[in-house]
Amino acid sequence: MHNSKINDFVVRFANVNGTGSASANYLFAKAIFRMGIPVAPKNIFPSNIQGLPTWYEVRVSEKGYLGRREGVDMMICVNPQSMPSDVADVKSGGYFLYDSTKALHQELIRDDVNYIGVPLMEICLREFTDPRQRQLFKNIIYVGALSALMGIEFEVLEQLLTEQFNGKEKLIAPNIKSLQLGIQYIHDNYAYPLDLRLERRDLIGDRILVEGNDACGLGAVYGGATVVAWYPITPSTSVAEGFEKHAKKMRIDKETGKKNYAIIQAEDELAAIGMVIGANWNGARSFTATSGPGLSLMNEFLGLAYFAEIPAVLIDVQRTGPSTGMPTRTQQSDITLAAYASHGDTKHILLFPSTPKECFEMTAGSFDLAEQLQTPIILMSDLDLGMNDHLSEPFEWNDKRKYIRGKVLSAKQLEDMPHFGRYLDVDGDGITYRTIPGTHPTKGSFFTRGTSRDEYAAYTEDGTVYARNMARLLKKWDTAKDTVPAPYLYQQENKSPYGLIFFGTSTDSAEEAMDIMAGQNIAFDALRLKAFPFNKTVEDFVNTHERVFVIEQNRDGQMRSLLINELNTNPQKLIAILNYDGMPITADTIMTQISKNLIPAKNLVYHQ
Amino acid sequence: MTYIRSKFRHPGLPKNELGYTTQEYEGAISTLCAGCGHDSISGSIIQACYELSIAPHRIAKLSGIGCSSKTPTYFLGNSHGFNSVHGRMPSVATGANMANRDLVYMGVSGDGDTASIGMGQFVHVIRRNLNMVYIVMNNGCYGLTKGQDSATADEGSKSKKGVANPFQPIDLAGLALELGATFVAQSFSGDKEQLIPLIKAAIDHPGFAFINVISPCVTFNNNPGSTKSYDYVREHMEATGTTDFVPEKREITTSYEKGSGTDIQMHDGTYIRLEKLAATRDPFDRLGAINALQNSRNHNEILTGLLYVEPKTSDLHEIIQTSDRPLNSLRQDELCPGTLALADINQDYR
Ligand SMILES: Cc1ncc(C[n+]2csc(CCOP(=O)(O)OP(=O)(O)O)c2C)c(N)n1
Ligand code: SF4
Ligand SMILES: [Mg+2]
Repeated sequence: MHNSKINDFVVRFANVNGTGSASANYLFAKAIFRMGIPVAPKNIFPSNIQGLPTWYEVRVSEKGYLGRREGVDMMICVNPQSMPSDVADVKSGGYFLYDSTKALHQELIRDDVNYIGVPLMEICLREFTDPRQRQLFKNIIYVGALSALMGIEFEVLEQLLTEQFNGKEKLIAPNIKSLQLGIQYIHDNYAYPLDLRLERRDLIGDRILVEGNDACGLGAVYGGATVVAWYPITPSTSVAEGFEKHAKKMRIDKETGKKNYAIIQAEDELAAIGMVIGANWNGARSFTATSGPGLSLMNEFLGLAYFAEIPAVLIDVQRTGPSTGMPTRTQQSDITLAAYASHGDTKHILLFPSTPKECFEMTAGSFDLAEQLQTPIILMSDLDLGMNDHLSEPFEWNDKRKYIRGKVLSAKQLEDMPHFGRYLDVDGDGITYRTIPGTHPTKGSFFTRGTSRDEYAAYTEDGTVYARNMARLLKKWDTAKDTVPAPYLYQQENKSPYGLIFFGTSTDSAEEAMDIMAGQNIAFDALRLKAFPFNKTVEDFVNTHERVFVIEQNRDGQMRSLLINELNTNPQKLIAILNYDGMPITADTIMTQISKNLIPAKNLVYHQ
Repeated sequence: MTYIRSKFRHPGLPKNELGYTTQEYEGAISTLCAGCGHDSISGSIIQACYELSIAPHRIAKLSGIGCSSKTPTYFLGNSHGFNSVHGRMPSVATGANMANRDLVYMGVSGDGDTASIGMGQFVHVIRRNLNMVYIVMNNGCYGLTKGQDSATADEGSKSKKGVANPFQPIDLAGLALELGATFVAQSFSGDKEQLIPLIKAAIDHPGFAFINVISPCVTFNNNPGSTKSYDYVREHMEATGTTDFVPEKREITTSYEKGSGTDIQMHDGTYIRLEKLAATRDPFDRLGAINALQNSRNHNEILTGLLYVEPKTSDLHEIIQTSDRPLNSLRQDELCPGTLALADINQDYR
């Protein structure tokens, strides 16, 4: 039995962590991208440096579905350790490519799976002498075999290798040789190409393939960040690294060769956010990147920044919690923590990017927001978005765009002012004027503290003054509602009693589910959240639908709680559609849960 | 209670090079207990900044939480101040300093703020040699939470309730020396003659300058049996020598007998003058300082004065090679690579 599929399948690679498989697998995915076919690769990796099983999953979809999909059409298994479960994961009629240097155990043979043995190790031992090469090129040989089986154009692979080894030309030849060894073996032993194969298309346009974390790092360079303080934690580490990579190229002072940025690897996350607050207080744009455990540690400081009204940018690349949870798996589960981080009455502005392009834009824009609103801005990314390559619209920047530095007084303005009150709401929008240390010899200095103070920043324990300030912070919160990015509405006017609300990395699968359900005549209105606090559009959307499904990747329906809490809406109306096993949510999961909640229950058909 | 300070100042008050009197360096009226050592240290900071003729707005004062950390309100009223969270002043100072390398950073902390909750940040700010002054107002107890023993309380030292502390103390000056701090001094809040020049030298030092100042808490730790009481400290103080800080072009005052002192030249040509320096003490000798400190402790003495200085030193900015210009002064056109560069970057991802 064979499944005939062109440009619509899932390929999964089962490797051993730390064996150099990542670049070979990336080569495979990138080649598909270069052939003009939409592709969505995902790393499924252990919390380990070497030795444990790791997977790389590539979804190919001519229709452009970029979310994860269950069921493997083609498994490439070079890890004996995970082989039994890898065999089990192949869809009926699918393919299983393995290293046939050793015969497969009888127990691993399934009648409904097509086996393709390639003696990877044997070929390597014969062709290479260096042990490291023997290990590395095994990966390239299977890419070669796959290219023959699945119809990847050789010139594309050749071009990619030439680009990859630009400057290390010596490495091109053995890589090409390895590809050819794989191709040759298929030519000699199998009928090819398979019915499961790729055909060149022109569906990519000017889109790019890039990781969200890299995009955040780049966005911070464009947004004018100069001070970065961070503490290593998966999956956020590559944000700071991404910033450094781009800053090294584009932020060096031409005359002195010195850096127009400072990166501090802090002693912990408390220090990291403290540094960010200190730098922003002193007029530099500054950010940190972390994940759940780090966000937990930063709580006290976030309260200070909220109350003392200091801009700060924090990129939270969420992973599976609580505690250390599953540190290398994805979730959208820091929402409640981030929204209300710290003791006392606190609320924070959250941004929810769903593509690398938005990671870039929202990170760059978060510095404007932080300075405009003088408060922390938390960008809620996650492991799936941050650490996987995503097909994305290209990054855009308008050279006319000016940084919005907010209400910061210059020496001249201070000179011309009768009096300065740091916490005086002059404009009635809840946002007050600040000064940067060192601005004016005798005017504008004030004392920043987390303790209550009056409009002139003088310490006070007068409850009326304290309450007045807290009320003003709420006014500022209202101003923020229309300052933060507005949600995306999928329709001009409601056309269904049912609404979907989703955000971030649930977007791809939610859109796919919507598309498939539309094909079965079940229409939904939809809204994609881009920020917290919610504006009027969100409120109206919830109020004008009979039932709203809130799709998210955590156990407790955290965004749903936030909607209920902030919009004061009837909880029964909001139905939680959840996925929290650490794997990115799928359209199947969404549809299964939605159909159960529709009356009468709908029998939705999807991937068999 | 309201505090009103008379605005009247004697018209003949001396002025510094900027034309300011000490008044321009004062802060709000202190709300600390009368006689608290911390207030004397505030006074020394005011005097030091005045004497150095630093424009007040070029100083940023930062602190954590505690009675000691409240003091920045009571000095340098024309400077920006930041009363942060308990034990985390060093990180805020680090960020602030990274943003603008041109200001003077005056950090104030307590022994609880530094030696307990803030120990991690304290050791790391030393490790990075951040260009700042770090003063610990050390009273051996938690003043603001009403007198619990702190980690610097000496073993056997008695609290107000008469209970002897069973734990060995953390010696902050010794720790700073051990960790490689590039300026380490120890002093007593009651000895302004020693403290003011030390603060001046610390401000002038181009890296991390640490001063551990014993500063008695009159309310909770000034009782007989306490080793941080005024009486005990006065009796057990041992100075490395009297100290003066001599700004470059300034003439050495005549009150010094020529030749009797040791002048230590700082990076910028200024001097720290140590009078009657004990023959065995060399301020450039870290090991010697560690030994001397330990020896005094063994004899129940408190060694004060400048313990160690490394005049030529690279601060964090030099170590990580940041721009000579303050990062907070860079313009958008210097920070944002623009559309053209982005087109190339997009191409790299295709
Ligand atoms: C996170 C946190 N824990 C506890 C406190 C309570 N607290 C305030 S001041 C202080 C101790 C201060 O001692 P020290 O730094 O020696 O200052 P002193 O009052 O003695 O000058 C403590 C524990 C706090 N503010 N924050
Ligand atoms: S309690 Fe002690 S440390 Fe605090 S102000 Fe009073 S004397 Fe000073
Ligand atoms: Mg204390």
